[in-house]
Amino acid sequence: MTTSNTPRVPASGPEPPPAAPADDERPPTLVDRAQKLLHAQATLGPAAVLLITVVAFAVVAPNFLSPPNISLILQQTAVIGTLALGQTLIILTMGIDLSVGSIMVLCSIVMGRLSADAGVPGPVALLVGLACGMACGLVNGLLVTRVKLPPFIVTLGSLNIFFALNLWISRSETIRGADMSEVLLWTGQVVTVGGTRLTYGSLLMLLICAVLAYALHRTRWGRHVYATGDDKEAARLAGVRVDRVLLSVYVVAGLVYAVGAWILIGRIASASPQAGVMDNLDSITAVVLGGTSLFGGRGLIIGTVMGALIVGVCRNGLSLAGVDVLWQNFAVGVLVILAVSLDQWIRKARR
Amino acid sequence: MNQTSTGAVGRPAGPIGSAEPVLQAVGLVKRYGNVTALGGADLELYPGEILAVIGDNGAGKSSLIKALSGAIVPDAGEILVEGRPVRLPTPIAAREAGIETVHQSLAVSPSLDIATNLFLGRELRRPGVLGSVFRMLDRSRMRSEAARHLSELGIKTIQNPNQAVETLSGGQRQAVAVARAAAFGNRVVIMDEPTAALGVRESRAVLDLILRVRDSGLPVILISHNMPHVFEVADRVHVQRLGRRVATLDPSGCSMSDAVAVMTGALDPAELPAGALAPAYS
Repeated sequence: MTTSNTPRVPASGPEPPPAAPADDERPPTLVDRAQKLLHAQATLGPAAVLLITVVAFAVVAPNFLSPPNISLILQQTAVIGTLALGQTLIILTMGIDLSVGSIMVLCSIVMGRLSADAGVPGPVALLVGLACGMACGLVNGLLVTRVKLPPFIVTLGSLNIFFALNLWISRSETIRGADMSEVLLWTGQVVTVGGTRLTYGSLLMLLICAVLAYALHRTRWGRHVYATGDDKEAARLAGVRVDRVLLSVYVVAGLVYAVGAWILIGRIASASPQAGVMDNLDSITAVVLGGTSLFGGRGLIIGTVMGALIVGVCRNGLSLAGVDVLWQNFAVGVLVILAVSLDQWIRKARR
Repeated sequence: MNQTSTGAVGRPAGPIGSAEPVLQAVGLVKRYGNVTALGGADLELYPGEILAVIGDNGAGKSSLIKALSGAIVPDAGEILVEGRPVRLPTPIAAREAGIETVHQSLAVSPSLDIATNLFLGRELRRPGVLGSVFRMLDRSRMRSEAARHLSELGIKTIQNPNQAVETLSGGQRQAVAVARAAAFGNRVVIMDEPTAALGVRESRAVLDLILRVRDSGLPVILISHNMPHVFEVADRVHVQRLGRRVATLDPSGCSMSDAVAVMTGALDPAELPAGALAPAYS
């Protein structure tokens, strides 16, 4: 870690005067400064990584920066990005949510079945689906706050439970978009913003990002989320109702996942019980790449969008460059490990 | 130094005679399985005084303080604030009763800034629609008030209330925690081992801070292992032993070794010289 890039010059000249304060005997090296800067400016790292990957793929794959491809990346990112936004809330409280993908799929199936088979009006099906996401979050949150189980175990269990419910409700059949209400497919519709074709789904993700960023930084609730994740006992003693904060975080995350389900339906123009199975880990990857610490209390919601874009850009760029899917997974895996190592290292710059 | 910290002459008249205790504990009991942490502990805190609480490890100091600050609920006994019985089931309830605590762990969030830490749990919102509908915090007002509270306590080493607490030294963090307690406590400030983790110079600053809090009119309960610090600032010394109070000493009338002897059980309080026991308790 302390690979000093200022090697000691043999003492030929006059000896330096004895260092005045004992705690500052070594001048900060470039590495120290970088560490401090990354610690102070949490979004700098993800922004740099995103920029580097974009430039690299622009060179390797000529079509990479074409408007249709950018539009494709944004569509591909919308679902993972939305899930990662909810995941960010939970990771900020030092938790982890393995059930994101299951909650999203379950919600999309609930929406799809209600609309296609039960003949429920689109808006009602949507609202019930959103409520389903909140209910799933509530179950996770109650297990974490009341039964005091670790979030990893709770969501590992509920991952399977929600997935089984999803198979039961869907009878393992995909629901075609043509049978569903227009309202549910709205997120797949395209708008042209400044020459780039975006879906309402991508815009919805950005809207959620803006709302969460506001809530986290400008409201009491958001400050309490950070305080709870930073040091739960300290927050409790300082007068934060930590269990209530935790419960609310799981419910809000559940709602965000349900919006992700809506975006997913628009994206694949159907509701499939098998969609989004890989999304659990990709959402965690996006959060970690976005600079949010797995140890809680540290991270920014904007970083998560960047993290999701990094994942999207890597997958898209590698496939444009003709690289096999297995190596895409390999690359994303390497990125995650690098990101967490970097986070560990940055956290050492506390003083 | 002009402060009337130890001598009997300038001491506030509060503890003696008719004054009603601001905070009183009567017969507190707390058991953890077979272990009795508190076996009928009493405590009185009078207006305008610094009451030190001393005791050996396991004497029930922490449990007593936690009960008074709402961090644990005693199995039996009563807590009275200005003569009225209160229940303190949570730290928030204790705060609402006007009792602020500086925990030994400080209970500050390292990654949050000083102003946010100072107002944690009682944030100020913007006036008007921004605050009521959009729940927007009034960050600039919290910052300026934080700066004011810090300067009122004479904490000059902290310039910027936007600084994250993790960038501060141990003494500065302690100062932030004390400032929070002093800013919001309107009846009692409890400080648990405030100098335990500090160097000589930082301890000095914190002791001065404790005296300033007392002089601003807030009575202080000071838990400490450090006898010189206790004897320097305390007006009365509550000695906790085996889960209960064995004596309340007058630091101007007895020596540190007497206090330690009572604390460890080597000396019966009845054998103390005249004037060693504080007048309010006999």
